[in-house]
Amino acid sequence: MLDVTGLRAGYGPAEVLRGIDLTVRAGEIVAVLGANGAGKTTLNRAISGVIAVRGGTIRFDDEDIAGSRPAAIVSRGLIHVPEGRRIFPNMSVRENLVMGSYARARANRARNLDRVFATFPRLAERTRQAAGTLSGGEQQMLAIGRGLMAEPRLLILDEPSLGLSPLLVEEMFALIGRINAEGLSVMLVEQNVVQSLALAHRAYIIEQGEIVLSGAAEALAADPALQKAYLGL
Amino acid sequence: MLLSSDILIQAVANGLLTGAIYALIALGLTLIYGVLHIINFAHGALLTAALFAAFFADRVLGIDPWISVFALAPAFFALGYLLQRLVVWPASRGEDRAILLVTLGLAVIIENGLLFQFRSDTRTIDHPFGFDVVELGTMLLATTRVVAFFAAIGVAAALFVFLAMTDTGRAIRAVAKERLGAELSGVDVPHIYAVTFGLGTACLAVAACLLLPSYYVTPQVGNAFVLVAFTIVVLGGMGSVPGALAGGLFIGVVESISGLLYGETLGQLGIFLIFILVLLFRPQGLFGAKA
Repeated sequence: MLDVTGLRAGYGPAEVLRGIDLTVRAGEIVAVLGANGAGKTTLNRAISGVIAVRGGTIRFDDEDIAGSRPAAIVSRGLIHVPEGRRIFPNMSVRENLVMGSYARARANRARNLDRVFATFPRLAERTRQAAGTLSGGEQQMLAIGRGLMAEPRLLILDEPSLGLSPLLVEEMFALIGRINAEGLSVMLVEQNVVQSLALAHRAYIIEQGEIVLSGAAEALAADPALQKAYLGL
Repeated sequence: MLLSSDILIQAVANGLLTGAIYALIALGLTLIYGVLHIINFAHGALLTAALFAAFFADRVLGIDPWISVFALAPAFFALGYLLQRLVVWPASRGEDRAILLVTLGLAVIIENGLLFQFRSDTRTIDHPFGFDVVELGTMLLATTRVVAFFAAIGVAAALFVFLAMTDTGRAIRAVAKERLGAELSGVDVPHIYAVTFGLGTACLAVAACLLLPSYYVTPQVGNAFVLVAFTIVVLGGMGSVPGALAGGLFIGVVESISGLLYGETLGQLGIFLIFILVLLFRPQGLFGAKA
């Protein structure tokens, strides 16, 4: 479904991604794991067209989308829920969700609103509240809900657990599992290695802009090198 | 000096009438600031251009400004859209400082182009309602200015509803506060920037058509209005639409009353006194959120 080969990108003179290869197949949860500064967010931004691609290809549904504008990529159903949520603080919860259907699935807006409210009952209680006044966990739910409003074919989640309490993190991961079980492909970009590997089918480990390890999530979780580097075992 | 209440009420009413036009001009400015985060220095020159357009529509084509507004508003929307898309955005390469300079450059070009073509003569039109007045209690109000008041308030309200209720309006508000989030929701940001610039410019065309029956045109005329509009934008809170409306009406009244007290030529003194007080004590503006 998503096929990235030799992807290079960066800012100014700094090259952040130095040839990334990765694949997400339909129905999968693929985790992309790495420390701060490894290039995870740059990878997401390059895939969703926010920053320029300097080399390599990004194929989505067998079409090259490298160099396309973000709006065009969203229209294809590749939805990126960014790090830091990036909700619209000045707008109500409902308006935020409606914005999710700006470029895609506009006709199904009412139905999808109901579905998002069913998935996130907390949001349903706060439809008229300004999004900026929500708690961190609620804002993350809103960001994911906004992404779901576009009827994504592939959902990229950038650090959905960031800044959440351990209990909420667990809730968030369970939720991602449920969304995936309903058939949605997910690329989960995280620092939280243990829980991500427990949830994902496959995973890539990214270090300094390169994939250093990849494979089935279970196998990676048992990999001695990974355990040493990321789990402190 | 003791003022009778009749005179005072008349001054307040006149101030409100002027203030509505100020508000409309400030609305365009604050909208562009709120979304693109730039001060559009070309705002005054574009207002002047709109006044000239309305003037020649009347004098050459014989179309009353109250009619030509329906053509000039969309035409100036298109002009603003294209200016942003083809000139301001490409020339600035996304750098805020550069955008500032590009709009300043545009202002210089437009103003001097008009000056070269039309000299600095003062031009007026003869409006069929130019000498009509509306009697309201003890007040006598110029019909053209009463019409302008209601039209300006109507346009401001329509703009507010547009921003609140439509997909494009929501996208404008989304881009204003969270550009990346909007981009990732599929909003074409350069398009929304241009639409916003277009709306701001269309406000000027409406303001011009409402002003012309009771005002004059020169190649510099826009600047006086935009200076006041800047004050209103700061007063109302940079980027706030209701702030621009309330600020415009308020400043109109301040100008009118201080004109009454200190004489017509010193009317603007009160405006800038208030401006300084706001900057000192409430720099975020009356409606602005704290930074």
